[in-house]
Amino acid sequence: MRHRHFFFLFIFVSAVFLHGKTWVVKTPTLAQIITAAEPFDTIIVDGGIHRNTPYEIRKPLVLIGENGPVLDGGGKTEILIVHHDSVVIRDLTFQNAGISFVDDNAALRIEKASHIRVENNRFKDNFFAVYLAQAAQCTIRNNHITASNIRETNSGNGIHLWYCEDILIEGNQVSGQRDGIYFEFVMNGRIRNNLSENNLRYGLHFMFSDTCEYTENTFRNNGAGVAVMYTEAVKMHRNLFVDNWGSASYGLLLKEIRDSEITHNIFRGNSVGIYTESSNRVMVSQNDFLENGWGVKIQSSSLENVFTANNFIGNSFDIATAGRQNHSRFDGNYWDKYTGYDLDRDGVGDVAFRPVRLFAYIVQQNPPALILMRSLFVDLLDRAERLLPVITPPTLQDNRPLMERVNPL
Amino acid sequence: MIKICELYKSFGALQVLTGVNLSIEAGKITAILGPNGSGKTTLIKSILGLVKPDRGEIQVGGEVLNGDCRYRNAIGYMPQIGRFPENLSMQDLMKMLTDLRGGVHRDENDRLAQFSLHQEMDKPLGTLSGGTRQKVSAILAMLFNPKILILDEPTSGLDPVASSVLKDTLVTERDTGKTVIFTSHIMSEVEELADVVVFLLDGKIQFHGPPDEILRDTGEANLERGIARIMQDRATA
Amino acid sequence: MRTIGKIIKYEVRDILRSKFVLFYFIFFLLLTEGLLRFGGGSTKTLASLSNVVLLVIPLMAIIFGAMYLYHSREFTELLLTQPVNRHQLFTGLYLGLAVPLGLSFGAGLGLPFLFHGFDDAGDVMLLLVMIGSGVFLTFIFTALAFWISVAYNERVKGLGISIVLWLFFAVIYDGLVLLVVAWFADYPLEKAVITFTLFNPLDLARILLLLQMDASALMGYTGAVFQRFFGSFWGISTAATALMVWTVMPFWMGMRKFTQKDF
Repeated sequence: MRHRHFFFLFIFVSAVFLHGKTWVVKTPTLAQIITAAEPFDTIIVDGGIHRNTPYEIRKPLVLIGENGPVLDGGGKTEILIVHHDSVVIRDLTFQNAGISFVDDNAALRIEKASHIRVENNRFKDNFFAVYLAQAAQCTIRNNHITASNIRETNSGNGIHLWYCEDILIEGNQVSGQRDGIYFEFVMNGRIRNNLSENNLRYGLHFMFSDTCEYTENTFRNNGAGVAVMYTEAVKMHRNLFVDNWGSASYGLLLKEIRDSEITHNIFRGNSVGIYTESSNRVMVSQNDFLENGWGVKIQSSSLENVFTANNFIGNSFDIATAGRQNHSRFDGNYWDKYTGYDLDRDGVGDVAFRPVRLFAYIVQQNPPALILMRSLFVDLLDRAERLLPVITPPTLQDNRPLMERVNPL
Repeated sequence: MIKICELYKSFGALQVLTGVNLSIEAGKITAILGPNGSGKTTLIKSILGLVKPDRGEIQVGGEVLNGDCRYRNAIGYMPQIGRFPENLSMQDLMKMLTDLRGGVHRDENDRLAQFSLHQEMDKPLGTLSGGTRQKVSAILAMLFNPKILILDEPTSGLDPVASSVLKDTLVTERDTGKTVIFTSHIMSEVEELADVVVFLLDGKIQFHGPPDEILRDTGEANLERGIARIMQDRATA
Repeated sequence: MRTIGKIIKYEVRDILRSKFVLFYFIFFLLLTEGLLRFGGGSTKTLASLSNVVLLVIPLMAIIFGAMYLYHSREFTELLLTQPVNRHQLFTGLYLGLAVPLGLSFGAGLGLPFLFHGFDDAGDVMLLLVMIGSGVFLTFIFTALAFWISVAYNERVKGLGISIVLWLFFAVIYDGLVLLVVAWFADYPLEKAVITFTLFNPLDLARILLLLQMDASALMGYTGAVFQRFFGSFWGISTAATALMVWTVMPFWMGMRKFTQKDF
């Protein structure tokens, strides 16, 4: 700070002595204003590029941008750190928060604070964009977060939450980060109506965060899709999981999830729609599984999950299991591959449907066999196996396959 | 007109032609005789290029056959059994062959009338009887006024009227300078028509000359007995 | 060339009158129309059609091709007594059958879609690929049929061999590939498997369809090897060349036999 004063003095002095003019520095720096402001003041940042990062807020303030102000971390530092409750950050652009391999440098860090609102900001090419640590009762809404990193190692997360409570994340767009939205040890978080796409790793990465819900989000073309792990009582409703392609990419990866609900989601064009491992008592209903490589992949360690009233249409494989074990229940789903009949016209097929193809098992054991998909030979094998299951789980069948597709709500 | 030199042909182990040398004169009717399996049809088909000889040379009109198809412009052929694309009518077939041959054919109305084929012109060939199809074959063979007419058992399956018409036609054709070659089993027919008889046995030509020469050589009263005598002599020799 | 054209013209006329090609066209037309109307949208219809295309086209082309050539034996002989070269005749016969078959398949499949439209843009590409590979299969299996029926005079034998050959390409070959994959599971087999597919035209056509229909699953394969190969310019060129070879080779073999054959 001190040398900066000298700098201004230098300009002033040189102006006086060299040109004989008087220069008045009208605008104090943003940092000075933040320091000078009283609690509950509103600071309007009127345009300009502000590079004296990092800025720190240690009192309740409203910080609003007008005419496109930019806070630039110069690729070195963090940009804005909020240490106090009741702060509003709105209409600002944050860019170039520095990449660090040691610290989680963020464009906007909210540290041990509550009642923070972060709205309508833009985040460009930051390491981490919005970082909440031990925060509560915060709202992150309508922010636009982009980055253009290629490697995971020099890329941070878009919206990162660690040990938080009662957080609403709504209407944000995140792309090009490592994980679009990251939850670790979050209670009662709500993720609504966000778009998370083209992130390097997960669109949503979600761990140890009980009783959270995410609804109406779109997760598209993320490196590994969405991962939800080590959590209970998650509600996942009306989300769109699309075009997550790759051998380790999942529309939705469930690992050690218990007592959760997955309803009214659309899984379309993913390599795997849902992959579940060691997940128990998950209710999967009224979802659309469309044109995925694998609709659902279930590891045998998953218990008592229920799949009902879902549509399985145009998937290369509807269901795949790791072995002959099956501890999940399939009941009353619509399968486009079902070829049974409905003589009593009650809308339910009269013969059960076995959604696990022998070929799915073969491919699991011998991946190159995938190239034989849609071969007549493979179809014959599948038919034989369906008639008399010897390798696929005999108990995995839908006794009430629907004749008509379940209508989306 | 046609010269055949040292012609050999076998189908698998079966030797069909074993060194045929033959010269067929222009402007005459040559009958090729021989028992079943003697190689008559094979010989004819060799001339037409339908069968590829193992060895030997065939000249038609002075040109050695070498895979070029143009010499067949000079040939009209009536096969033993005339089977045609079932869905085409005779009219279509005539049009098509005319088209292939380059557009001109002679007026066959008289002959169509003689064969009473006018009513059959538009019927699909598949619906026609065997005899009628033979008539169609005959018409087609002569349609382009070829210099050489080759007919394989032409009268078999024809009714007496049609048979007579055909025979008269052959004579007329010969009289206008055409070369006619036909095979037959019916000796009376051969006696009636042939200027030259070629007798084929075991893939070789046993006799080649005017029919009276056979009678003279064998001292038999008719051709049938004469041929039989040649065969018996062969068998005992 | 003019002679070939004329032969094609007459053969097409003959085939059209035989009604088979008409039935063939109506079969695809009704099937496609029925699926579009009652089976759900274009995506699902195309999925069902893919199986039919891979199953029916090669079978029909090889059986009908063989039957046709046996059936037109006398016609062939008749033409051979005319001033027509054998290679002209063979080419004319081949094109005169393969082109109407290909056209009636393409039209039967395509027309209902023109009428009903598509669910999404990807389906247009899929339909085009399907028609393209179907036409290729028609040409390939007609050529195989011609080769067989020129090589074998007995029609029962020829038809038997045709059906066995179809069975080989449609079922047995893939079974053998699967065996190899299972036996040598410890080795990296991707390149070998890709090579295997080049030797089966049905597999090639099937993979072209897979790339359109099962991209999600193919991408799920480690390294997306197949997608990457057949999706690349090099891979597409290889597949296209292989299909061309598969068309030209049996045709050429048949032609060779045909020009040497005794009638």
